Amino acid sequence: MLRRMKVFRTVLLATLLVAAISLAVYLGDESWDSGPPSSILHRGLNTDPESIDPHKARSVQAAEVLRDIGEGLVAYSATGELVGGVAESWSISDDGLTYTFNFRPEALWSNGDAVLAEHFAFSLRRLVDPATAAFYAQAVAAIVNADAIIASEMAPSDLGVEALDESTLVIALERPTPYLLSLLTHPSTFPVHPGSVREHGAAFTRPENLLSNGAYILKSWEPGSVLKLDRNKAYWNNAETSIIAVNYHVLTQEMTELNRYRAGEIDITGSIPPDSFEQVREQYRDEMHIAPYLGVYYYGYNLTKPPFAGNVALRRALSMAIDRETLVEKVTGRGEAPAYSWVPPGVGNYDPRRLNFADMTQEERNTAARRLYRDAGYSEEVPAQIELRYNTSDTQQRIALAIQSMWHNVLGVETTLINEEFQVLLANMREAEVTQVFRSSWIGDYNDAHTFLSVLKGGSPSNMPRFANDEYDDLMRRAAEQVDPLARRLYLEEAERVLLGEHAVIPLYFYVSKHLVSPRVQGWGDNVLDYHYSQHLSLTTD
Amino acid sequence: MLRYALLRLLGAIPTLLLVIVLAFLMVHAAPGGPFDDERVLPPDIEANIAKAYQLDEPLAQQFLTYMAGLLRGDLGPSYRYRDHTVSELIGSAFPLSLKLGAMAMLFAVVMGVGVGTIAALRQNSLLDRIVMAFAMTGISIPVFVIAPVLVLLFAVQLHWLPAGWSGSEGAARFLLPAISLALPQIAYIARLTRASMIDVLASDFVRTARAQGLGTQAIVRYHALKPAMLPVLSYMGPAIAAILTGSVVVEEIFGIPGLGQFFVRGALNRDYTLVLGIVIFYATLVVLLNLIVDILYSVIDPRIRRR
Repeated sequence: MLRRMKVFRTVLLATLLVAAISLAVYLGDESWDSGPPSSILHRGLNTDPESIDPHKARSVQAAEVLRDIGEGLVAYSATGELVGGVAESWSISDDGLTYTFNFRPEALWSNGDAVLAEHFAFSLRRLVDPATAAFYAQAVAAIVNADAIIASEMAPSDLGVEALDESTLVIALERPTPYLLSLLTHPSTFPVHPGSVREHGAAFTRPENLLSNGAYILKSWEPGSVLKLDRNKAYWNNAETSIIAVNYHVLTQEMTELNRYRAGEIDITGSIPPDSFEQVREQYRDEMHIAPYLGVYYYGYNLTKPPFAGNVALRRALSMAIDRETLVEKVTGRGEAPAYSWVPPGVGNYDPRRLNFADMTQEERNTAARRLYRDAGYSEEVPAQIELRYNTSDTQQRIALAIQSMWHNVLGVETTLINEEFQVLLANMREAEVTQVFRSSWIGDYNDAHTFLSVLKGGSPSNMPRFANDEYDDLMRRAAEQVDPLARRLYLEEAERVLLGEHAVIPLYFYVSKHLVSPRVQGWGDNVLDYHYSQHLSLTTD
Repeated sequence: MLRYALLRLLGAIPTLLLVIVLAFLMVHAAPGGPFDDERVLPPDIEANIAKAYQLDEPLAQQFLTYMAGLLRGDLGPSYRYRDHTVSELIGSAFPLSLKLGAMAMLFAVVMGVGVGTIAALRQNSLLDRIVMAFAMTGISIPVFVIAPVLVLLFAVQLHWLPAGWSGSEGAARFLLPAISLALPQIAYIARLTRASMIDVLASDFVRTARAQGLGTQAIVRYHALKPAMLPVLSYMGPAIAAILTGSVVVEEIFGIPGLGQFFVRGALNRDYTLVLGIVIFYATLVVLLNLIVDILYSVIDPRIRRR
């Protein structure tokens, strides 16, 4: 027995060894400090930026980082108004086709070079240059010759941009584009430093090479983990910038992000996990920011195939039978607004049209839906059989199940749910061969109804339902010709009315932005674009 | 010995080639492409992008280009992480996965063998039952449950350790992930050790040793431990592979930029070059690990070499 104790001792020693190693590792790590929070702002980012080359980036998350390290001609203020960025002032010609921007003399790159009009001209040409292969080249399609350059029919130097002198840039448009200023806040229109691009090639985005003209510079980037930003001391508005450094933590798991917020390691989350939403609402009532966002979640019909091709009655019946209030309250439950239009509320200079059953009670809608369903030739004996495709995810599945049961209870429709990996669903939607009803969404790129309505124009690549309607296309074309904002708005609103009357899609709800913002962060303002420049924020010191 | 190792190494080349061809065909056969999104790109832009990333060439041509790069040791640029090459990503991710895995492995072997030995020596005692119940729980509770519980306890409540990878810059950030990763392996190795130790302790040579008056500690140390380790040793290969590849979940939960995370992301994003690069890397690794285990085996048990 005594000898057995010796074995025991050996084992115990081994255990202690492991414990000692752990302790040594723990104590040896001086960077870990659970003390009071630092003067660095820690922001959660739900995916890695693809690139911090403004012309190769694509995601909302990349744009968020780029708005901190770069600056366009114009920007949004902390309260969401369009203000000057690199441009101090600008003027628009009477026909709405020529924009002239006057630069701030004090706008500098992080190496001290002045930001010149020529740099913007270079960058816009680079954006549309086929060799750059920019995802957002289309954003500036309104500029003279942009489309032809993208299609390799003209040289990038033919683009309608011109630096009159060092601090005057003229942009010539093919058609009036009232949302151009809003577009110019998008990072794809931000400048790159021509000298740096020529010198380093693709490696100009490396932290050691990158020159930025925004409030911050990129200090380091560990893909999949963290991007560290430091103050850009050369930034023209540096005196008004408060926070000295920003860390963007890449946190793809919303639950992980929440835990890190709870542990005090993150000051601003990129999202709030659906499963913990109620709990978070109770625990962090004052720190939760839910605000309308420019995005619509919808179910699309494949309009090229039966049963939906030419069958407005069935499309309308299915749309009416969905109780959107129940959907947003009981199923999604994160403050989303039920959608009765295609364009979300909150879009500038626009009043969304509404589905004409929007003012009925759900009971009335159900009764009318049943009548339409019968008119379309279906009944209990001959129920409509529909395939509903969505991408694999808990939220998508819950919504699909709810809608399946609403359609069944109200109309007796037999719905087959098919969940597919996102890329597979996208491929099927694009081919429009096997799809019947599919889940999709649209997020606006700029604050204008055009970003939503243009999606469903005939021939638009993202027109997944393959909606093709001459009246709609004509109204959109005429809206594009208008210089007068009011006339343009009326055409756009009329187009939306046509779209909703055709029931090409089922708008289900409008997105909301969801963030947890630590009480130590000051200056946070909710806005429809969900833009939150770090330079507008500050941290309380206590 | 050297000849044996060389022959095994040569035999691995066709295996690797087959893996590369199959992986290449499979990633390209998967529906969708690396640049597909709900915002479908206009055809002209799509064509420009396909051209820039050489996706407009015939598949056979793409394969040849890829193989040519591979022979030069170039795994190509990542389609998703456009500012980084695949070699860079693997180069920064693998050391992390390796450190994490090594730490987890250390915990697993020391704790697993220790606990298993105690249980075997005290077979059917209360202690044995408690330890084995614990081991069973360790095997059956998945990592994605253990890890968040550890985070809630040690990071959110106690503030002893960072809740996620980028919360610190030193080694403290390894502890919770390594422990989460090690727990199921500790449990498995403990069960293996116990079973094999009980077998060995009941064998004739141990009885002889006892008859010669040797104490338990000496028997375990000089006679029983080595043969009892054989099953554990042969489990090392799969265990290392399991820890390296199985760290996917742990890396996701703690936000560690390791290989597992890039592998999953790469597959979902259809980042062809990244997925291929990691598959080739993993395949080489698994082949090498198996080789090493076989050689170690032949060192411990000379009969294998002679065969």
